[in-house]
Amino acid sequence: MRHFFHVLLALVLLALPAQLMAGPVQDILQNYRAVIEKSSRKTIEPAIDALANSGLPQAQKVLETWQAKDMWQRKSDGFFFEAKKVNAKTYALIDFDTGETVGEVAKDEIDQLKPNSGIRAVIATALVQFQLSDPDPARRSDALTAIERNAAADHLEPLRKSIATEADPAVLARKQRLERLLTIRFDPEIEARIAAIESFGGDLGVDLRATLNPLLATRRIVVAGKPGAELNIARTLRPGSDELPRDAAYAMLVDARLSTPRISASDKRAALAANIVDGKVAGIPVAQLNSDEARATAYAALAAGGKAAPTVTEAQFEAALAAHSFVDVYAEPSKAVTDAASDAMDAIQMRVGLNQALDLGLDALSLASIYFLAAIGLAITFGVMGVINMAHGEFIMMGAYTGYVVQQIIPDYTLSIIVAIPMAFAVTFAAGVAMERLVIRWLYNRPLETLLATFGISIALQQVAKNIFGTQARPLTSPAWLDGAWVMNDVVSISYIRIAIFVLALIFLGFFLFLMKKTRLGLETRAVTQNPRMASSMGINKDRVNMLTFGLGSGIAGIAGVAIGLFAKVTSELGSDYIVQSFMTVVVGGVGNIWGTLAGAAMIGFLQKGIEWLNPSNTLAAQTYMIIFIIIFIQFRPRGIIALKGRAAGD
Amino acid sequence: MNFLKATLAGALSLGLTVPAFAAEDTIKVGVLHSLSGTMAISETTLKDTMLMLIDEQNKKGGLLGKQLEAVVVDPASDWPLFAEKARELMTVQNVDVMFGCWTSVSRKSVLPVIEELNGLLFYPVQYEGEESSKNVFYTGAAPNQQAIPAVDYFLEELGVEKFALLGTDYVYPRTTNNILESYLTGKGIAKDDIFVNYTPFGHSDWSKIVADVVALGADGKKVGVISTINGDANIGFYKELAAAGVSADDIPVVAFSVGEEELSGLDTANLVGHLAAWNYFMTAEGDANAEFIKSWHAFIGDEKRVTNDPMEAHYIGFNMWVNAVTQAGTTDVDAVRTAMWGQEFPNLTGGISKMGVNHHLSKPVLIGEIRADGQFDIISQTEPVAGDAWTDFLPESAVLDSDWKDLGCGMYNTDTKTCVQIKSNY
Amino acid sequence: MKNTFLMRNPSVLVFLGLLALFTLGVTLMSEATGAALISTSFVKTLGKTLCLCLIAIAMDLVWGYCGILSLGHFAFFGLGGYMVGMWLMYERTRLIVEKSLANTEIPPTPQEVVDAIGTQIFGVVGSSEFPLVWAFADSLTLQLALVLIIPGLLALVFGWLAFRSRVTGVYLSILTQAMTLALSLYLFQNDSGLRGNNGLSGLQNLPGLGSVPQSVISMWFFWASALALGLGYVLAAWVVSGKFGSVIRGIRDDEQRVRFLGYSVEGYKLFIFVLTAMIAGIAGALYYPQAGIINPAEIAPIASIYLAVWVAIGGRGRLYGAVIGAAFVSLVSTWFTGGQAPSIPLGFYTINWVDWWQVVLGLSFVLVTLFAPKGIGGLFDLAQGIRAPRRHGQPLGPGQGALQEKEAQE
Repeated sequence: MRHFFHVLLALVLLALPAQLMAGPVQDILQNYRAVIEKSSRKTIEPAIDALANSGLPQAQKVLETWQAKDMWQRKSDGFFFEAKKVNAKTYALIDFDTGETVGEVAKDEIDQLKPNSGIRAVIATALVQFQLSDPDPARRSDALTAIERNAAADHLEPLRKSIATEADPAVLARKQRLERLLTIRFDPEIEARIAAIESFGGDLGVDLRATLNPLLATRRIVVAGKPGAELNIARTLRPGSDELPRDAAYAMLVDARLSTPRISASDKRAALAANIVDGKVAGIPVAQLNSDEARATAYAALAAGGKAAPTVTEAQFEAALAAHSFVDVYAEPSKAVTDAASDAMDAIQMRVGLNQALDLGLDALSLASIYFLAAIGLAITFGVMGVINMAHGEFIMMGAYTGYVVQQIIPDYTLSIIVAIPMAFAVTFAAGVAMERLVIRWLYNRPLETLLATFGISIALQQVAKNIFGTQARPLTSPAWLDGAWVMNDVVSISYIRIAIFVLALIFLGFFLFLMKKTRLGLETRAVTQNPRMASSMGINKDRVNMLTFGLGSGIAGIAGVAIGLFAKVTSELGSDYIVQSFMTVVVGGVGNIWGTLAGAAMIGFLQKGIEWLNPSNTLAAQTYMIIFIIIFIQFRPRGIIALKGRAAGD
Repeated sequence: MNFLKATLAGALSLGLTVPAFAAEDTIKVGVLHSLSGTMAISETTLKDTMLMLIDEQNKKGGLLGKQLEAVVVDPASDWPLFAEKARELMTVQNVDVMFGCWTSVSRKSVLPVIEELNGLLFYPVQYEGEESSKNVFYTGAAPNQQAIPAVDYFLEELGVEKFALLGTDYVYPRTTNNILESYLTGKGIAKDDIFVNYTPFGHSDWSKIVADVVALGADGKKVGVISTINGDANIGFYKELAAAGVSADDIPVVAFSVGEEELSGLDTANLVGHLAAWNYFMTAEGDANAEFIKSWHAFIGDEKRVTNDPMEAHYIGFNMWVNAVTQAGTTDVDAVRTAMWGQEFPNLTGGISKMGVNHHLSKPVLIGEIRADGQFDIISQTEPVAGDAWTDFLPESAVLDSDWKDLGCGMYNTDTKTCVQIKSNY
Repeated sequence: MKNTFLMRNPSVLVFLGLLALFTLGVTLMSEATGAALISTSFVKTLGKTLCLCLIAIAMDLVWGYCGILSLGHFAFFGLGGYMVGMWLMYERTRLIVEKSLANTEIPPTPQEVVDAIGTQIFGVVGSSEFPLVWAFADSLTLQLALVLIIPGLLALVFGWLAFRSRVTGVYLSILTQAMTLALSLYLFQNDSGLRGNNGLSGLQNLPGLGSVPQSVISMWFFWASALALGLGYVLAAWVVSGKFGSVIRGIRDDEQRVRFLGYSVEGYKLFIFVLTAMIAGIAGALYYPQAGIINPAEIAPIASIYLAVWVAIGGRGRLYGAVIGAAFVSLVSTWFTGGQAPSIPLGFYTINWVDWWQVVLGLSFVLVTLFAPKGIGGLFDLAQGIRAPRRHGQPLGPGQGALQEKEAQE
């Protein structure tokens, strides 16, 4: 109804051109007022074309304003203006034709035009002709992006022309690449297209594949007899093969109206139901029609009596299949082009496969480093000291929340991260020491009860976090220099934040090794774990050592929390997501050995990514099967990948 | 042994807490939303919305000359507890109507109880459809009021030719994606051009999935992502999306479970231009919405709190119920149900919502682009669409119809002309 | 034999007597069979609590007596619930489908009936075919047998693998936790064929008994739960008395020594593990029809940890301790999280029990572990004048809370 009114309004306004002599651009806009207001990609094109082809100097400005959502419509007369915000309630209107400010109006007197991204893409395409040789390299770049997204045959000529005058080397390189891609798609000369295809070699770009694949797109058709020579055939299919089961082939025949359909079970049933006479169908009582055989008999009788369509016999079925050919044909008519494209794709696919494996490897490595980072604190408290700390996950969470709180106080992201890391360490170190003093040291001889007591602490801490911060996830934003990804090519890339986590994991590995092997504390820790009484006799204060070691393990968990919070989310349940995996990492790797933890993390990371690769549509399955694998693995290597030997192994 | 006795006696006394029979001059409204556990963050807001609406109604003089009284219980995000609390509300507290539930599984848990005791529930959240209970009014969106229009938008406005359906592994994404797959196939999208992936709740490792989605672009078709990812997992997903440099112009993402509330946990600067489909956005222009936001801020005492789609659903549902009760002159469930059919009320986005005989609401569908401030730019708004209980895009459901007024059946097979069942599937 | 067994364990008689009294009391006060003093929903809560007491007994057997801290017994509980739930759903849907198909012109074939049931049950999760796990869903007898068989079989396979390779102590605990995590993740998938996250619902409606009100059905289940608890208690008491029980406790206190004495430690452990898994399965099969819905969240690792918490608070190594712990903690939890507990205003902050109950529970758990390893059951010892010796932190086997420490009597 509203649209109709708008159209009507537009017509009325069109009928009164005398009042509309506001300016040439405004005239065009008013001409297309209805479609501009409707704002749909499907109908907008005439308006944009009219502007772009108007030859008016203001057209570019209008289109750019529109694209940037800065075009507004005055409610009183429907005129379009560029509007600049003066303050929250007032906007200044600028006329497109004169470029002058017409006046300031209240916000509720004007409507903002909100072109959706489909329309913005159409506008961008229309702007290409203005922008390709624009003095501003950013605009030229925009034009190239618009072509990449939405290329058309008539872009090829202007693009070629603009290459000659291009000064900026980066933009030039993009232009040249784009020119070759457009050549493949649109050039009328087959030789030129093949040459362009071959010029790329084994290039990995998604844009190249996106250009080649449509050339190789096929459609499956059925023809009577043998296929004609005019078709560019990709391959011929035999009915009954894996790609084309006989039923599917017959269905194609039916769809192409080359054969009569077979009667489906529900059609049969409907036919039977339609022919009930005195509670009987073709002489068979209805009550007996509760089996497929009885129905088939009844239907056959009906068909014989001409009351239903006859069924297709097996012989007719075979004959129909044999009389037709089933082929995949290329939409592209030129065989030379499809052959060249096919060869190029084969070469690319090989390299893409290799690179995908590399990318998967990087993902796995990254996941492994995350698990390692989450588990390294546990490798100290559980692996070295033998203390089961179920609240380890909550220390990770505390670290993440510390990062969040620091970010609230220090708005600069880089600085806040630098402050947050030692803060997180300090907070969780203190919490760890407190927990060791108050709870754990009374339970050194009762490992199962340590498990339960620390679990109690874990649920208490989780709830406290919920009470303080709420259940909603909190933002922990990484500094700008960690945004984005390290892109090797269009297949292999990894985000900087993951690289940072990987580096952090390496640093901690080094730190752990240094601490355990080279420092006094490490020596004492190892002594206390191996034989507390003997260590005491040697003058080691074992309470102090235990306390410091436990605090250290907890502190590292806190730093891991900051890292994990940066790449995922900060919620009170953050820790419990990692606790089971962390324990499994340590157990699988082998208790008491940092290399074991590393091996365990690597195994779990790679395994999970491997299963995900095998079954890409169900990530949950990957986690399930990974846990089952670990359960079975532990049956066969109960002491983990790297088992301690001899005395150190304890019981 | 005395202690054992004491414990048992104590346990007994719990059950004996006979409700103080409230004075007869109030009408009781049950509020069945989780106030603790994983769903608390979403549902607490709705509880507050209900308290606000009841408060406002009481200021207007109540209903049928009586005051309204809210009875709030906490089912603690524990699905069996929803059934228990619903029974308690209806048999012990004797409420006249209930507003509640968020997840589908909690609704399915309540359904048998509410149908057994002939209660009345208003369910405010967008859901997967395939249900129409005699005792439930669905004020959230059915798939044809959110998912299908969003896909149409992708197909027509953005020209998307290849779809990645990413969802959390539970019933809403599963069913919605099934319907969408069937719908897309009907629109001529090949099976190979639809990529489906399910992840667990709270999933955080998105690098591979995002890489898979980017790789979909390799055959030259425009890729779009339809996300039914739920809750916290969205944060990791959008962070990875931003890190991979995926722009909304190249690979647009439309989300069905991401609203103003979810975005407040995120820095949206890198997500500008991605989409969400709802029946309401806080940025909707209009006096009713401005008034609603104002009273919400006043009620909650925090100017920063956002409003969202399920809140609007409760707003419409509650007001319709008030009007239906006034019309029927009683709070009797059967009378109110009859009065609810065809009930109309202006929604907050400008327009009139109407309750259908299939207990679903007609609402406009809005599509919004994420802005840098965590709000949405409404770029498309349809005329009101009637909610469809049984989708037309799955063969088993296409033959089903729901009409409680004339057919008296929520699951009516139009082929065989029979009512499959009066009670719901649960 | 029975006589002497009861003579030697007078606490069993006391327990049975109290349970009978309690059941009678509830019966007389219920809506269906008595004075309607307690609501149907509370009868259901009490019935469910009895089932929780039963699984707590199983936990006590495996942990308090045998020393295996299993953090996975809720997996067996859930499986029991799933088994009985499958039949309940199938049968209820079958009745609906047959009734609706009876109206059609052509009588349905058996296959059409099964297809229609499949569409009804799995339509919710967007599929319509019966997965293999539903093969026996049409037979109540078989599904009831599966209530015992499936948890038993899982426990057998898992236990055999774990005990054979001598995985003990905390390693075993973590492994059992991994098992229940894997199971719940598996069931969360739609592909598992058990309706994923939605689980099985509407279980409180017994097929064919639509006319019986829930107040009556809830009493049936309450009685059944009480009976199961009574029988389970007697069975558990019988298992732990006598020579078999002594070996079990011996394994708990020092596994190596028992092995050196020539006992097949693995066999004993496996027997207890499987037996308790089956008891847990029965408890689950009775619990979920009262709860009305079962879904994978029920068997998440946290549930099993809570089970250990109940037993520890009640006092492990004594069966009544487990019962008290489960009943006390679960009912008190219900009370606090139900929003009925009054908030405590502190002036600057109001303590809302919905928010702070978990904190109290967690900390009380730490305190019990530290200061009262015998749990609530320890109060009985105090009453009888049994004291634990002061050990100054030295170990005496993992079961400091065990009743067997008669030497500590003063």
